Amino acid sequence: MLKYLDQIHSPVARALTVQKVSRRAFLGTSSAFAVAVFTAPRAEAFPVWETGGSAMPNGLVDDPMVFVSIDTDGTVHLVAHRSEMGTGSRTTLPMIMADEMEADWDRVNIIQAEGDEPKYGNQNTDGSRSLRHHIQAARKIGGSVRMMLAGAAAEEWGVPVGEVVVSNHTVSHGGKSLGFGDLAENAMAMPVPAHKDIDYKSEDAFRYIGKGQVQITDLRDITTGAAVYGADVTLPGMKIAMVARPPVVGGKATSFDAEAAMAIPGVVAVHELPYSIMPAGFAPLGGVAVVADNTYAAIQGREALNITWEGGPHAGYTSKSYMAEMVAETRKMGTVMREQGDPDTAFANAAKVFTQTYTQDHMAHIPMEPPVALANFTGDAMEIWAPVQSPYQARQDAAKAVGLDEANVRVNVTLLGGGFGRKSKADYVTEAALLSQLVKAPVRVQWTREDDVHHSFYHTASAERIEAALDGSGKVVGWRHNSTAPSILSIFAPDSGHQFPIETGMGHVDVPFDIPNVRMDNGKAMAHTRIGWFRAVSNVPRAWAIGSFVGELAHELGKDQRAMWLELIGAPRTVDTVAEGYPETYWNYGEPANGFEIKTGKLINVLNIAADAIGYGKDLPEGEGIGLAVHRSFVSYVAVATRVKIIDGKVTVPEMHMAIDCGYAANPERISSQMEGASVMGMTIAQHSGITFADGAVEQSNFYDYDVTRSTNYPNNVKVHIVPHGFDEHSTGVGEPGVPPVAPSIANAVFEAQGKRLRHIPMGEMI
Amino acid sequence: MTKLNINGTEMDVEADGSMPLLWAVRDIAGMTGTKYGCGVGLCGACTVHIDGVAQRSCQITVDEVVGKAVTTIEGLDANGEHRVQQAWRELNVPQCGFCQSGQIMQAASLLAENPKPTDGEILEAMEGNVCRCGCYQRIVAAVRLASTGA
Ligand code: FES
Ligand code: FES
Repeated sequence: MLKYLDQIHSPVARALTVQKVSRRAFLGTSSAFAVAVFTAPRAEAFPVWETGGSAMPNGLVDDPMVFVSIDTDGTVHLVAHRSEMGTGSRTTLPMIMADEMEADWDRVNIIQAEGDEPKYGNQNTDGSRSLRHHIQAARKIGGSVRMMLAGAAAEEWGVPVGEVVVSNHTVSHGGKSLGFGDLAENAMAMPVPAHKDIDYKSEDAFRYIGKGQVQITDLRDITTGAAVYGADVTLPGMKIAMVARPPVVGGKATSFDAEAAMAIPGVVAVHELPYSIMPAGFAPLGGVAVVADNTYAAIQGREALNITWEGGPHAGYTSKSYMAEMVAETRKMGTVMREQGDPDTAFANAAKVFTQTYTQDHMAHIPMEPPVALANFTGDAMEIWAPVQSPYQARQDAAKAVGLDEANVRVNVTLLGGGFGRKSKADYVTEAALLSQLVKAPVRVQWTREDDVHHSFYHTASAERIEAALDGSGKVVGWRHNSTAPSILSIFAPDSGHQFPIETGMGHVDVPFDIPNVRMDNGKAMAHTRIGWFRAVSNVPRAWAIGSFVGELAHELGKDQRAMWLELIGAPRTVDTVAEGYPETYWNYGEPANGFEIKTGKLINVLNIAADAIGYGKDLPEGEGIGLAVHRSFVSYVAVATRVKIIDGKVTVPEMHMAIDCGYAANPERISSQMEGASVMGMTIAQHSGITFADGAVEQSNFYDYDVTRSTNYPNNVKVHIVPHGFDEHSTGVGEPGVPPVAPSIANAVFEAQGKRLRHIPMGEMI
Repeated sequence: MTKLNINGTEMDVEADGSMPLLWAVRDIAGMTGTKYGCGVGLCGACTVHIDGVAQRSCQITVDEVVGKAVTTIEGLDANGEHRVQQAWRELNVPQCGFCQSGQIMQAASLLAENPKPTDGEILEAMEGNVCRCGCYQRIVAAVRLASTGA
């Protein structure tokens, strides 16, 4: 169970779920920590490196007093402050703390943090950042507590702390030993050591870190139905609400039949919610809410509303013509984002220019758990339970909506039944808050799957046009890439039609090829729906276009795909972003250049691992083909080698190899599971995921017209190859970077298998 | 008021007879292991057993299960140690976990009916259960493990 949920039936009991060890003023010096306390091979304090984590809102917190408490029975409570949506961060970060602390994982209890960034540091679970930003803090928290336990024991026994041994939940010296519980109170009153004074475990002494034998913390609850997601929390007197939202963003209801809805047994109220239009951040769309005693009554009540909608300024949005306009835009010179060398001359003097255009429809995240939230507004305070990726943001948004100070609003994070970026944008939480305030009762807002498909913050639709200038020998001497897509920025600020650095940094300006003359430009595309980030974001259309283009270029030049990739990447180098003409605003996933450079040797390495593993170049039966793609995103490097087999026109994937370099691999088992998941989501993107608009409204509704990869045709025999590194190779992203190379590797394999080139995703399951 | 037999217990369920069993189980009986994922019979998140056979609880009404035995994930095994649940744990199958009670109920029903399914039979039987996180490789391996012990 999520431990804070004990409070649900008895809100006052909250503080009792953890036996708090009081924080005391720390007296004395930490000289006790000048010597080692750990038995296993001793290591120095690891050299701290700077990450983008300190620049995130509310930064990083590494205070063990915030994250750790120990009961007198020895139970170690560790706070998980990131949201769990399937990546495993709720397991992996506490696992790191436990290992460094020498706590026995079987005696660890995980507490889910409420949304409180001033206390816990940044909690925005997004951007593949949890390990990348918090791994050092997790080690420091664990190491601190181990030192404090040793210090308390040394004091008690009157022995030098350097002779005290801390191992597997026990502290000992000679024949004497004490459990963590015996020492809890005194240990937690010891001064917290500084990083430099912590005698960290050496990597070969890790029990859990880097091993992968630890099962996810919610495994038993998930398999017995006891795991608690957003819709699984109930409060006495709770009502369920369904909201009819305007089909077109910015639209309004012109009439509705509240009486008909109220006539449904169980319906208790109908309320119109305030409307919003972009840019409105994560504000709800507005609409008409039906509040009822149970979900079924709310559904029936909503159906009875018989609403007439007016469309508003975006009612003309139609994907077919919009896509044609975007493709036309890619042929014009857009805003130049990066220029290197002299591309105009290179193209003017080229022996041949090779050009292709690739497109992608919008996508909706459709996490398995549709958006849902419970709010209990009680006049001067409010408590919320919701599956949210960014609980502190949700808390601020909800507080503002109901006119409360955020200090009086608490957001409890349930498990997330998937997120993929949708649950960063907590419009559904604000809806629950507004409705609870209106009906003066706890209200759960439940979205149906249709609501989710119709009212998402969609992955952008895009057109990407790439041109290569070839010299007389067939060498690529110039590269132009126009990317045109409506921008995420349009939900936050008046729309310029242009992308901002976070988007252009995702595979557009940072194409790591060694080509002397380069221009990246960005065409104009105004947003007519809410554009939001979706797992891997702009990397999806960029990797799709670039990866497919490399495959096409290889064919054009009579090379194999691997040779083409290797030629374009060139000799291994650390990209000098200044010399290569990157914009001053270049966004490297928020990371400082130092330690997170673009290293093309890593691209080459993962490409070769995946290509070798699949036996690239071997003879294949008729109807089969292998495709390769490699892409850097979220500071990680992922190559995908896919074998496709076409059976009666259906594209199947009997084998796939995914090679990832994500720096230090703290939990290889969850990295593999993320890659396996990315292979499936990548195949869904390649074959199924297309959201289109007609007259401003989404045309798809549910799995019958917005389907996903299923058990009868998923990537089989997915093998994940993780490049091994020591801890000093900084951990980078895992949740997202597996996705982008999958679709182009499939398209390249389809071409090899059948000679058919697909340039639009979704490409369909049948070719 | 309708009398339903859920997980071996007779319960008075105060629900309209036309209410989908899914909502009666969740909202009225208060058992939340059965999940809503689509409401149209296309995702399998709501899978329960009716007289031992997997069915989508969003597609069957309260009236239709009167006199039948409804089993939800909470009642699959009193100790949560059904061999399918064990196999799921052994292979660390879930990511977000939201689809998994439905997957487990579907797999348990398959194996009850066909203890040694072929790979093809496993894939067919599981096709209606979506996992958006993409755990299929482990799901299929876990069904095989529960079936054959390897
Ligand atoms: S909720 Fe019943 S099949 Fe999806
Ligand atoms: S584990 Fe997330 S949907 Fe299956």
